[in-house]
Amino acid sequence: MSKDFVNPLPNRNRRRWLIDSSCLAAAGLIGLTRKSQAAASKIRIGMTPAFLHDQHSLLGEWRAFMAASLRRPVEFVQRDSYRETMDLLRLEKLEFAWICDYPFLHLKDSVRLLAVPLYQGRPHYRSYLIVRKDDTRTRSMTDLAGSVFAYADPYSNTGYLSPRYEIRQAGRDPANFFGKTFFTWSHRKVVEAVASGLAQGGAVDSYIWDTLAHVEPALSARTRVVWRSPEYGFPPFVAHRSVTNADFHQMQRHLLDTSRSDAGRRLLGLLYLDGFTTGTPALYDGVARMMRAFGET
Amino acid sequence: MRWLFNLSFRHKIPLWTSFLIGVSIFVVGAALMTRAYDDMKHAVVISADNLAHTLANTVAPTLLHDDVWRAFEIVRSPIRTESARTPVQVDAVVVLARDNRVFVSSHPEALPMLSEAATLGADWLLLRAQLNAPAGTRWPLVLEPDDSSYLYLALPITDKDAQLGHLVLRYAKSVFHPWFVDTIWQGLGIGLLVLAVLIPINWYWGSRMATPLVDLAQRMGLMLRTVPDPLPPDLYPYDDELGQLFQAYDRMVLALRDKAALENEMVKSERLAAIGQLTAGIAHEINNPLAGLITVVDTLKLRGDLDPRVVRNLELIDRGLMQIRDTVAALLVQTRVQARHLNQHDLDDIHTLIQPQVGKRRIRLGWSAAMPAELPAPASLVRQILINLLLNAVQAAAEGGHVSLWLGRKEGSESCLSIVVRNDGAHLSEDQLVHLFEPFASTRAGGHGLGLWVTYQIVTQLEGRIAARNDDGEVEFTVNLPLGETSCNTASA
Repeated sequence: MSKDFVNPLPNRNRRRWLIDSSCLAAAGLIGLTRKSQAAASKIRIGMTPAFLHDQHSLLGEWRAFMAASLRRPVEFVQRDSYRETMDLLRLEKLEFAWICDYPFLHLKDSVRLLAVPLYQGRPHYRSYLIVRKDDTRTRSMTDLAGSVFAYADPYSNTGYLSPRYEIRQAGRDPANFFGKTFFTWSHRKVVEAVASGLAQGGAVDSYIWDTLAHVEPALSARTRVVWRSPEYGFPPFVAHRSVTNADFHQMQRHLLDTSRSDAGRRLLGLLYLDGFTTGTPALYDGVARMMRAFGET
Repeated sequence: MRWLFNLSFRHKIPLWTSFLIGVSIFVVGAALMTRAYDDMKHAVVISADNLAHTLANTVAPTLLHDDVWRAFEIVRSPIRTESARTPVQVDAVVVLARDNRVFVSSHPEALPMLSEAATLGADWLLLRAQLNAPAGTRWPLVLEPDDSSYLYLALPITDKDAQLGHLVLRYAKSVFHPWFVDTIWQGLGIGLLVLAVLIPINWYWGSRMATPLVDLAQRMGLMLRTVPDPLPPDLYPYDDELGQLFQAYDRMVLALRDKAALENEMVKSERLAAIGQLTAGIAHEINNPLAGLITVVDTLKLRGDLDPRVVRNLELIDRGLMQIRDTVAALLVQTRVQARHLNQHDLDDIHTLIQPQVGKRRIRLGWSAAMPAELPAPASLVRQILINLLLNAVQAAAEGGHVSLWLGRKEGSESCLSIVVRNDGAHLSEDQLVHLFEPFASTRAGGHGLGLWVTYQIVTQLEGRIAARNDDGEVEFTVNLPLGETSCNTASA
């Protein structure tokens, strides 16, 4: 058992408890939710801070596009943290979700990989270590020892797992490496926290930082990328294992075909994505390796 | 300074009132400004107190859960960077944890997380000391350190009984000043507007009051040398004290003029009376020896044995003595009560008597005698007065000129006979007017200068009045004579 595990985050124990208890709750609720799902025939998709999920008009457009293509009502369920979306998935309140790669591995027993977005033509992204633009001193993670550091979400790979792994690789203990750490519960807010000077450093999803550079250049311009992590598998779309094969394939087909229509390409353009691919769980081996390093399975 | 008080009212009244208006506006303005500043500070404290309570309640759970980002979002929410800054706009919000370190602040660059409050500056050192003072602190704590450009308001952050830390709001006093300066400029603008309205009104009112006063003062200054004119009636037609003053002045001027006229008349009468006494005395002194001399000459003339040369000399002496007697008789005017009253025939006689003179000088004669059949006035004396005045007028009038007579009862006085004789001759000079009724005062060639003297004596002895004046291109003589016992109570017309 790693040191990190013995010295858990505030949420660590609760998370364990939730996973255990939600399994029981899920078992109890399974019949009821299946019935209601069949009756409504509505597709519920969980949206997480894996992308700039607060672009409400974009989400509305995407939902309408999806509903028209699937000829079924579609509901986007937005939550401000990965954990909430994960809980909803476990409770089968969602059929599909766009989650981070790290939660995917946590949930791999209850979800199936549906599709992986293509970012800059490839299903990969990285973690960026960012500091304020005017901080010219910091060159690597080790320069930030003792500082105030902003993590995105305890279930974020690029916003939590990856930077901690980097610290660990440098031979330091991520639990007491920083003077103070906090979660902003969104990658975008990590950028804000660093830009405003609240935190001296932060870990952020490369896809989101790059997108922000287009959508809100004034914000991202106040930060500087100090370090880029190795590539990881891009946050995937997943389907709960309870979703029927027909629904699974319909949805997968829809996503893969998005880039084939003009409307789809327009949406992908707004999302700064290039399309979707089926992907394989092997994409996420790097994350699994880091998880093992921290004693997580 | 004295020169200021010596200024004319024309300047002093407007200056003083303008000064007073200015001072009033300044004092009221200053009082309102002070009040406005206090009110503004009070408003800031009230607003800050409300905000602090809301923030303290909202931020408490984030302290419990160590949720820095949520806390940051909360403390950041009241900060406006783009809208115009107002005095009630909070400048910075800081959450101090129990250990007096910054848990979170709205401005992490200047007030970074984890920094010990005491390291943030003198203000915070003072604040920390007050926050950690023994129990009894009254919340909210309002701190306005000397020499600081900030005002602080602090509240404890509590969860049930546990104190989690303190919330501190900071307000920039520098924002107060532009607002206060704005208020001052506004106040000044209104003040100037009021001045712009009041000062002209005040100058107008002041000059309205000062102009008559100045006029009055100037006339009063002349009073010792001459009797000034009355004030123009429309100068100040009001009944306040100033108006009463002017009315009193006018009454005084009129009284002074009457007095001056009376004094002149008295001086003249007294002089004439003195002259009369003197001449009467001289005449009596001459008359007695004269009577003897005439008797002697008459007796001598009766003797037939005289040398013709002597007789010639006696006649020469006799004529001389007669001339002396006539002159002395003229000087010694003796009026005796006569039984006969003046009647219409007397006037006709006079008219007839002066005709030769009138005709000779081709005078147009105006004759207006409202004469009843008879008037209770001594006929022979009135005839003498009339003849004297008329002949005098005919002589004074220009060749082919105009002479008029008006005779009748005096207007408004039934017991008074009035005679007015006018001629269009040369005006009488001031000097002539003064000495007109004195004997031998005639300026006319050929006159012996006793006609008006005799007339004056007769009128005076009849207790009447005679006056002469230049009027409208003519010279006018007016005689008023009492009819019967009552006197003509008139001033010289």
